[in-house]
Amino acid sequence: MRGATHAKWAALALAVALTATACGGGDDSGGSGADGIVSSSWGDPQNPLEPANTNEVQGGKVLAMIFRGLKQYDPKTGEAKDMLAERIETTDSTNFRITLKSGWTFSNGEKVTAKSFVDAWNYGAHLKNNQKNAFFFGQIEGYDQVHPEEGQAKAETMSGLKVVDDRTFTVKLSQKFSLWPETLGYAAFAPLPKAFFDDHDAWLSKPVGNGPYTVDSYAKGSQMALKRWDGYPGEDKAQNGGVTLKVYTDNNTAYTDLTAGNLDLVDDVPASQLKNVEADLGDRYINVPAGIIQTLSIPFYDKAWDTPDGDKLRKGISRAINREQITETIFQKTRTPAVDWTSPVLGEEGGFKNICGDFCSYDAAEAKKLVAEGGGIPGGTMRISYNADTGSHKEWVDAVCNSINNALGNNRACVGNPVGTFADYRNQVTTQKMTGPFRAGWQMDYPLIQNFLQPLYYTNASSNDGKWSNPEFDKLVDQANAEPDTQKAVEIFQRAEEVLRDDMGAIPLWYQNGSAGYSERVSNVALNPFSVPVYNEIKVN
Amino acid sequence: MPEPNYDEGAAIAPTGAGGAVDLAMSEGESLEKTPGGPLGTGPAGKPRSLWSDAWHDLRRNPVFIVSALVILFLVLISIWPSLIASGDPLDCDLAKAQEGSQPGHPFGFNGQGCDVYTRTVYGARTSVAVGVLATLGVAVLGSVLGGLAGFFGGGWDGFLSRITDVFFAIPVVLGGLVLLSVVTSNTVWPVIGFMVLLGWPQLSRIARGSVITAKQNDYVQAARALGASNSRMLLRHIAPNALAPVIVVATIALGTYISLEATLSFLGVGLKPPTVSWGIDISSASQYIRNAPHMLLWPAGALAVTVLAFIMLGDAVRDALDPKLR
Amino acid sequence: MGRYVIRRLLQMIPVFFGATLLIFLMVNVMGDPIAGLCGDRACDPATAARLRAEFGLDKPVWQQYATYMGNVFTGDFGTAFNGQPVTELMGNAFPVTIRLTLVAIVFEIVIGISLGVVTGLRRGRPIDTSVLLLTLVVISVPTFVTGLLLQLLLGVQWGWIKPAVSPEAPIGELIVPGLVLASVSLAYVTRLTRTSIAENKRADYVRTAVAKGLPRRRVITRHLLRNSLIPVVTFIGTDIGALMGGAIVTERIFNIHGVGYQLYQGIIRQNTQTVVGFVTVLVLVFLVANLLVDLLYAVLDPRIRYA
Repeated sequence: MRGATHAKWAALALAVALTATACGGGDDSGGSGADGIVSSSWGDPQNPLEPANTNEVQGGKVLAMIFRGLKQYDPKTGEAKDMLAERIETTDSTNFRITLKSGWTFSNGEKVTAKSFVDAWNYGAHLKNNQKNAFFFGQIEGYDQVHPEEGQAKAETMSGLKVVDDRTFTVKLSQKFSLWPETLGYAAFAPLPKAFFDDHDAWLSKPVGNGPYTVDSYAKGSQMALKRWDGYPGEDKAQNGGVTLKVYTDNNTAYTDLTAGNLDLVDDVPASQLKNVEADLGDRYINVPAGIIQTLSIPFYDKAWDTPDGDKLRKGISRAINREQITETIFQKTRTPAVDWTSPVLGEEGGFKNICGDFCSYDAAEAKKLVAEGGGIPGGTMRISYNADTGSHKEWVDAVCNSINNALGNNRACVGNPVGTFADYRNQVTTQKMTGPFRAGWQMDYPLIQNFLQPLYYTNASSNDGKWSNPEFDKLVDQANAEPDTQKAVEIFQRAEEVLRDDMGAIPLWYQNGSAGYSERVSNVALNPFSVPVYNEIKVN
Repeated sequence: MPEPNYDEGAAIAPTGAGGAVDLAMSEGESLEKTPGGPLGTGPAGKPRSLWSDAWHDLRRNPVFIVSALVILFLVLISIWPSLIASGDPLDCDLAKAQEGSQPGHPFGFNGQGCDVYTRTVYGARTSVAVGVLATLGVAVLGSVLGGLAGFFGGGWDGFLSRITDVFFAIPVVLGGLVLLSVVTSNTVWPVIGFMVLLGWPQLSRIARGSVITAKQNDYVQAARALGASNSRMLLRHIAPNALAPVIVVATIALGTYISLEATLSFLGVGLKPPTVSWGIDISSASQYIRNAPHMLLWPAGALAVTVLAFIMLGDAVRDALDPKLR
Repeated sequence: MGRYVIRRLLQMIPVFFGATLLIFLMVNVMGDPIAGLCGDRACDPATAARLRAEFGLDKPVWQQYATYMGNVFTGDFGTAFNGQPVTELMGNAFPVTIRLTLVAIVFEIVIGISLGVVTGLRRGRPIDTSVLLLTLVVISVPTFVTGLLLQLLLGVQWGWIKPAVSPEAPIGELIVPGLVLASVSLAYVTRLTRTSIAENKRADYVRTAVAKGLPRRRVITRHLLRNSLIPVVTFIGTDIGALMGGAIVTERIFNIHGVGYQLYQGIIRQNTQTVVGFVTVLVLVFLVANLLVDLLYAVLDPRIRYA
């Protein structure tokens, strides 16, 4: 009888195994030529894929493929070029009149009209829709009515938005912002079809947009298949048949899968593989500047860090960091030592300039002197906080600490402080619990010097985590925003940056490059200044 | 009932002496062979205690001698790491990152340019401390709760056993991720505390089982008949005999706690710098396994040897204490 | 027997509530998950407050737990932060993990028991010593090291396997990850079988069988093995729950989108609903597996009777 029991168990196990395999299977050997499918690494977006609700790169990748906005940033230069906008006119940097090109539709056939934009922006701004990027609409008049600091919304729509006709609408800002049209390439400003509002759940499970790709299938948490939209009216049509985004549990695994030939594109080569990346991929490895800067924020809300001589302490710490050596050894030159608080992708015209100077160059003796003059490291030991769950921050934080310790001749001067999860890390940052410097990474939303300064260092700005505050800096930023002449505006922003430097409001570390590797199956792979692959230009061999 | 596996890398040896059911059966078998009860009798027929008997066996067991020597050595360098390493484990020069072996630095340098030899020697302290303290905590908490449940039985047993089940049902690595991800302290205490919190049920079950068995022995019944108090019976009569399986499992568990610390570091929630530990070094080096395997080899080797030594010691002690295997 | 089962089922109720409450409290200790949703920017207070209300995080813990358990009994396990129902996540993750666990269990049974029988019958011989040593080495090296090494050697250097498992996770791709997941338990199964065989080899019924002149093969398979397997079967039974919940490391290394991966994601995003949902199911699996093992014990060994 016991034998029979065993047999039953075995049969049951076998049956389970068979059913389990039956729903698996399926191969995606995508074909070749113009219809070939590109497989690319992906991370699971943590928010629903609505344009105004997506604030991280992974969701951003999809939006970049399925949406086109008024402006589009040039994949090479980052310049904001008209896409759906025929013209954007203003005389006073406050009132804008936007005219759309004709002939644009969503992939479900619906026409893209002025209303598609106005409805989308009103949706994105309204408090009840919980859109995490709502503040992008904060400059539009009436935002404070639909999205008050607290309490209920007092209006349904923003008073600053008016539809004139099918192809025209006007925008009134609450204060002057001459560069505002340049921000319109950001995903949050994308138009939305009626289907988005009519059947929201259906739209979320299979988003519909007006970009060169359409979503073919979306299995949340594992993969999304995008197909080329043959009826796409724009000029940047997809050069391949489609893109399959595959979620990986770990970017090391994605890279390993690329080297084994099971994946076409990895857009984030892990630091630990950089040493062998040339050997593995040869010239199929890209390393280009991107609009990302890493800094150390200082907790100015902590008395110990906000002393009268504190600027000397912060400058001393800055000079104790051997940026050259760390970017070379730890990052294998996928980072460039920082010389200001912006990014080289802005170009000199956009405001990139060596403003930090000596304060960003390594000099152990000077560093030791400055730190001593600044009153020494608060408490004798400083802990640099970072989140340990993603992004391999441990390596560089340890290296920065070792560099500081060596410069100051004290092995206990600096120590890394890993925080288990990103959520907890952000919690500690936003509730001002930091007791020492902490990691801050800034990826630009649009390629403007304003985007590198105002959100980060303006008094109480949305990302001013260190709570640095300087009235002169604020004054210069306001002045620059009101300046209609772009070149002059940039110069005023640079003067503001000098104020930031003199007080060392944050310690710049390095500019992050976009790094990607691809397989022999594909060619013409490039990363845009946001370090996102330019999917529509990839060719399948 | 043998205990379920903890998790990958942190499994606990099944002992075959896990629960009351199993014990009852093995007692039945050993009664056949040793009429004097479950305690063995010496070769000359002169009754000897379980412990002196076991010691007699152990002294002749090469496995025991080797593992005990290794552990002795580890304890020694945990207390005085400077005996065999002159450097500072926090002395790191990025210019030497990932370099291999060279004079004065036999194991080479790690990704931060720290001396691998010095860090490996200093890492022993943390690993031994985590292993020993976590095991002590688990053993004390587990045997007190399990022992009480087994001794008093009835409602108390039911209540304590359910509590044990509750903690048992939480996967250990999962619990570690949740509990340790918000820890800000950079000492070893949170890690040890977590191991005790989720590790005690394992020893509690074993202690309960062996107390139940010991309770049924004639001499305990005799003591009870003579009017001995509960505490006297527990401490003088039951505890010494019920302790053997607890010690065996605890020794083996010790190795797995050391291994668990490394796994926690790999998941980003382990010990924090400036603590020097094998777990931290193994998990950083595992990223560079292709380019600089020596960075992984030494701390991982040291960890494996340590775990091995404790498991072998536990094995040897079990063999010595188990009359069936004589 | 029937009364025993009913008593055990009743005992499961407090354990189930206790374990889910415990994990609920533990996840709660992790703090406010909302800050992480807004990326490297502070959420504006109004949106953060609304999100907190939407996920019920503005209520006291006990009330959150009561509401959650109430929903669970109606089949609603809540929603992940990306808007996906947790039941849907489970529907995707559990089949993958069940397959992985099956592969691991098959390895435990086939390799573990065979090695255990061989070494148990040849106690003290060279093969016994070397297998014993091998099992010790397997136990002492952390699984993530074994996993990374096998992935590097088999997947990258020699190209024998795919280093990453595809989202469909067919059985073929799960063989090496399954072996890694099983490795430690496999070593225990070997040692357990070995001890058990060595003990029973001297038992009277085996001696009787040999004395009857039965062929050696028959003695081993029909008499020795069947009786020696009881503790092994129990071990494997209780191991099922542990394997399913404990695959966090293996699933991460080999890119398997199973329970361990979802739990890891849930934890780093501090998503109470995902974590508690998955753990609730795992606790149930654990409890049922424990009960089945105890019952199986009685079925296999007539000396044990439950009242």
